[in-house]
Amino acid sequence: MDERERLKSFEQTVLPHLDAAYNLARWLAGNDHDAQDVVQEACLRALKFFGGFRGENARAWLLTIVRNTFYTWLRNNRRPDNFVELSDEVLAVEDVSVNADILNSRLGDAEAVRRAVEQLPVEFREIVILREMEGFSYKEIAEVADVPIGTVMSRLTRARRQLQKRLTGEFKPGDTP
Amino acid sequence: MNCQQARLLIDAYADGELDATGVLELEKHLHECPACELAFRNAQNLKKSLKQDSLFFTAPAGLQQKLKAEFRPQTEIRLRSGIWKWFAAATAGVAVICLALLLSLALTRPSAQQQLAQEIVSSHIRSLMANHEMDVASSDQHTVKPWFDGKLDFSPPVKDLAAQGFPLIGGRLDFLDQRAVAALVFHRAKHVINVFIWPTTERDSRPAVLAPINGYNLIHWSRGGMTFWAASDLNEKELMEFVQDFGPD
Repeated sequence: MDERERLKSFEQTVLPHLDAAYNLARWLAGNDHDAQDVVQEACLRALKFFGGFRGENARAWLLTIVRNTFYTWLRNNRRPDNFVELSDEVLAVEDVSVNADILNSRLGDAEAVRRAVEQLPVEFREIVILREMEGFSYKEIAEVADVPIGTVMSRLTRARRQLQKRLTGEFKPGDTP
Repeated sequence: MNCQQARLLIDAYADGELDATGVLELEKHLHECPACELAFRNAQNLKKSLKQDSLFFTAPAGLQQKLKAEFRPQTEIRLRSGIWKWFAAATAGVAVICLALLLSLALTRPSAQQQLAQEIVSSHIRSLMANHEMDVASSDQHTVKPWFDGKLDFSPPVKDLAAQGFPLIGGRLDFLDQRAVAALVFHRAKHVINVFIWPTTERDSRPAVLAPINGYNLIHWSRGGMTFWAASDLNEKELMEFVQDFGPD
């Protein structure tokens, strides 16, 4: 393929998913400047590896690269205390219950929801974004995040529990996520 | 199905990821258990709240253009043309530098005659310093002239000018203008005169006084297919007398 055609094909593949790429990068990196850096770097990587793209799911392919680029960036730019070592153990039943009335009153407050998501550990946050904002299936999330489907399920459940607790004010900093 | 099992499946059910068997069993439990039913509705509401448009970050307006600009140089065509541009620029740069160097060399390079004059003075000085004025010490021109035979591919004119106050001291082989030349050594009082002689294709020319080099005077002439250079610390006037006596002819 002619190089110009290749670039055109790449742009047609990747640019429609630029918002998704930016959204994920923005949620992971936490600010616009770093998000743009991550997206830019990710897109250059994507262009480099475009030959390996088989044309199945361009958005998942691009978001995988964005995610990996973000973690590379995180390792190079952040203090290690931003890494939370997660254990994906099964949750106890009682942990899942929250005050439904308070929760429902807070769910309409977009700013409160935003803050709650921002406070999630990054490993939970990425799965919430991929699930709720991108509508990815568990299988797709498992591929993008490079974890087993069981881990996707477990993290989603725990992420939601933590979000609910944060929104109702029941979350205690000492709680395991 | 008990509550413990149900709570593990509620999220997958809300996400539509539960298999058919699981769905049937869970729905049965949710009908019977208000607490788990509430947990399910909480999960659904949370999911809905996370899909609010205002939570979605849209790429900044300039990002796409910025990326497109980044892509261009990344493609090989641009890379190649970039390399060629760089190469062309580098070549042009090198060419300019070469031209400048050549020009400066041409401007500062002494003419061939000046170079030769410098060479002759150096040779003259060397002969004095190394105490190597001559290879054959003789005031007899009939001794000196044959001495050159077999050592040079030409026969330099040799004459003694003792009568004119420039006694012949001897002869020497030297190397000038990329060839072996004859050097005749004369004295004037304590001054040494070297006359360098070698064949030339130059036309005959009258003795010309060159600008002194390092305090040494130089006179150059050609005659009969030979070129002559007289070098000495002798003053220009006396050196010219010597040249006249040595005789252009």
